[in-house]
Amino acid sequence: MSDLLTVKDLWIEGRSDETWNPIINGCSLTLKKGEVLGMIGESGAGKSTIGLACMGYTRDGVRISKGSVVFDGIDLVTASAAVKRNLLGKRIAYVAQSAAASFNPAHKIIDQHTEAPVQHGVSGRGESVEDGVELYRKLRLPNPEEIGFRYPHQVSGGQLQRAMTAMAMSCRPDLIIFDEPTTALDVTTQIEVLASIRQIVEEYDTAAIYITHDLAVVAQMADRIKVLLKGDEVEEADTRTMLSDPQEEYTKSLWAVRAFQRPTKPPVPQGSVPVVSVRNITAAYGTTDVLHEVSFDIHAGRTVAVVGESGSGKSTVARCITGLLPPRMGEIAFDGEVLPANYKKRSKEQLRQAQMIYQMADTALNPRRTIGQIIGRPVQFYMGLTGAKKRERVNDLLNQIELEPSQYFNRLPSELSGGQKQRIGIARALAAEPKFIICDEVTSALDQLVAEGILRLLADLQDTLGLSYMFITHDLATVKSIADEVVVMKDGKVVEQGPKTSMFTPPHHAYTDLLLSSVPEMDPDWLSDLLKERGVDNIGDAAINNM
Amino acid sequence: MSGFVWFAIVIAGLLVAAYVFRLAGQAITSNAPRFRDMTFGVAFGYVFGAALFVWAVYYYFQPKITEAGTPNAGVIFFRWAVQGFIIASIAAFLFRVLGRAVGTETTKKLFRSMPLTASFGILVIILYAITAIFAGSIAPYGESEILGAANVLAGGDVAAGGDPAYPLGTDQIGRDILSRLIYGARNTVGIAFITTCLAFFIGGSLGFLAATLQGWLDQLLSRSVDVLMAIPSLIFALLLMTIASAWAVKLGVPLTIFMVLIIAMIDSTRVYRLARAVGLNIVVMDYIEAAKLRGEGLGYLVFKEILPNAMAPLLAEFGLRFCFVFLTIAALSFLGVGIQPPLADWGTMVRDLGPFINFAAFIPTAAVTPLLAAGAIALLTVAVNFVVDWMLHKTSGLQE
Repeated sequence: MSDLLTVKDLWIEGRSDETWNPIINGCSLTLKKGEVLGMIGESGAGKSTIGLACMGYTRDGVRISKGSVVFDGIDLVTASAAVKRNLLGKRIAYVAQSAAASFNPAHKIIDQHTEAPVQHGVSGRGESVEDGVELYRKLRLPNPEEIGFRYPHQVSGGQLQRAMTAMAMSCRPDLIIFDEPTTALDVTTQIEVLASIRQIVEEYDTAAIYITHDLAVVAQMADRIKVLLKGDEVEEADTRTMLSDPQEEYTKSLWAVRAFQRPTKPPVPQGSVPVVSVRNITAAYGTTDVLHEVSFDIHAGRTVAVVGESGSGKSTVARCITGLLPPRMGEIAFDGEVLPANYKKRSKEQLRQAQMIYQMADTALNPRRTIGQIIGRPVQFYMGLTGAKKRERVNDLLNQIELEPSQYFNRLPSELSGGQKQRIGIARALAAEPKFIICDEVTSALDQLVAEGILRLLADLQDTLGLSYMFITHDLATVKSIADEVVVMKDGKVVEQGPKTSMFTPPHHAYTDLLLSSVPEMDPDWLSDLLKERGVDNIGDAAINNM
Repeated sequence: MSGFVWFAIVIAGLLVAAYVFRLAGQAITSNAPRFRDMTFGVAFGYVFGAALFVWAVYYYFQPKITEAGTPNAGVIFFRWAVQGFIIASIAAFLFRVLGRAVGTETTKKLFRSMPLTASFGILVIILYAITAIFAGSIAPYGESEILGAANVLAGGDVAAGGDPAYPLGTDQIGRDILSRLIYGARNTVGIAFITTCLAFFIGGSLGFLAATLQGWLDQLLSRSVDVLMAIPSLIFALLLMTIASAWAVKLGVPLTIFMVLIIAMIDSTRVYRLARAVGLNIVVMDYIEAAKLRGEGLGYLVFKEILPNAMAPLLAEFGLRFCFVFLTIAALSFLGVGIQPPLADWGTMVRDLGPFINFAAFIPTAAVTPLLAAGAIALLTVAVNFVVDWMLHKTSGLQE
């Protein structure tokens, strides 16, 4: 069979500081009809750029400098706008990472769905609507007859992502490019979307390029995997070969990330006072209760992971502990002493003891202040250090987070990478010399290798400084590697809690079981097996609703 | 009717030309993407631009005097405009070359990445500032000095009714227009600058305060601002100025001070709205939460955390607001309640010399007199906006 898509020696450049800098250095790939190619790499590896280039498109300030992208005999690099207009949407479709941001919020889903087929003259509006409903049914969206007639904000994220897949399928294209379609979703929702995408791609024999940074996900979806690093091809192989026998050093390091695990700590001595004690907290936004009688303890030098999906109330617990959201009932005790509910009523010393590290380092660091100012402020504010002493302390802190002080002191956050920014967030928390740190999804916005570095750093700091962590996350792999104790939350209630070892060995609470089994594994058969086990109609969303 | 027909013919001609242009481009460049993917609208734009340019060149070289012997005012003014534009461009270019060669490393770097519009803007602002500060030593005559001849025309040509002693002529009661323009820079620009700064200080700090504290303070401030904004600003200013003129006499305070306060108060409502809206977007950021949880006070939050991040939109607003304030002062002076005679002020000068514009068709140099003051206002407005645009571009580029 002839190749559907052939990319040959593709070089792409991006413009910055008045010069063109290479982004992709000679990438080649071929795709047969009905084949799925997984493209994996860290952020900045050029995955999305290649994905878009496969449609003959480049973002503003980016250009294809050399090479060809031949789709079904047509070179998209040199093709005219009219030729491309005829292909895109009809024979090549694109599914973006954030469906919520890609749908136009002012139009109903079905109206956006029918746009491409009507525009390309594939079918009339009536037919296209019927076809849309059919696709929604195939993708197992609830109420396929009427879901399309809602506005994008009226359906959930996972459903929207499936609606977008349906939209991409509307003209029955030969090639779909999936750009991280499940990255923004919870594990339980992710399964639903993965299963739907795989099924529909198989059914219509569509070729696909599946871009992701999650190895376990790509293992489920792709026939072949291509690994990218900073615009260079690392290697490409059949999925099973790639998983069992990676050739390159970089690929091996990607595979090894999941191996990081901390040794189990001895049990907490009887009768010791916990550093933080959450006692029967009920909290509300407005008049709706979002937390119901939540209690747990965090002991000195321990890490408690709070796990749950978005909306389970795990971040709300953090807001109660910090005093941003005074609970309606219950209390927070620190070293056995009850804290005032509102942070405004707490003393400077009480505020100093509990610090927080945020999920998005981009919004957690003031973009207009230098690193030295950001870290120096708590040093000056709490410790009263100024001048040379302050500088010295900031240098110590930068050394602690493994960044060279002289190089980073005067930089702005925008001049740092994601992982480095997160390290600055850690340094700012450490600057207060706290006993307890809340880590709110600190690794979820980072690449795996970088995230692992952060986790190791946090673990080391805990060992040397005796810190206690409350680790909010939805990623069970992170829990496995760093937590001592686990609290599972759902709908504002604690479903299950206990030491990590007992949490990861059966029997579990039904919800814990669902969460655990939904974490993708590196085994390429994992999804198929799981679907068989759960029964096709009882995955993800459906399983939660049935509980 | 024939005008309409001509218009239709010209447009049709341009449309055909655009089509031919694109076709020719495709043929000559053997279908390069630039011509291949060119939409008809873009092709039309190119052709239209070229046609406009040709017409401009043709018009520029029309004779200055019509066959009937009267001056062709349109051509004369058009030539001045073109010459002014070319001189300004060259000046801006030279200024940028100078900036790149002289100064510290930082300023050199700044000038290296500067567009021509920004260097023009900076040059104009510097010249205005120098004029305003050293008005006393630059101006050939006193601000309100009444000289011998009234209504001397600009140009200094004795045969055409000018006088070399007064290169820009004199006004109806014989004051030197050049001197008054120079003094006007001090009065108009200086007062406008002070007023804008005051408006930003009041509106900005209250806006950020409302965004940070929210609750009843925000409600109180925002609703008061709504009430103030509901009254048409010029009429409100006039009303308050009328009251203030009575007070000014009673208290012995110059009316100008009242004017500054009144305009600053009215304009601060607009600044407040912007500062509050921008502030509200910033206070939800995690770094503000981190600062609050650290126990930081209000002053630190507003000036160290919020203000630096609100700088870009505030600067843009500053540029615009400065021009508006400037125009408001000119308007008030024009209406007779602003800067009081004999103080020179550009707004007042436009009003006083306005009737001369009627002579444009017969004696172009006579019509220039009111245009000089108006041009001074326009030039500064453009210059300030050039600089603000450039600063905005720079700061937004940093955030990427």
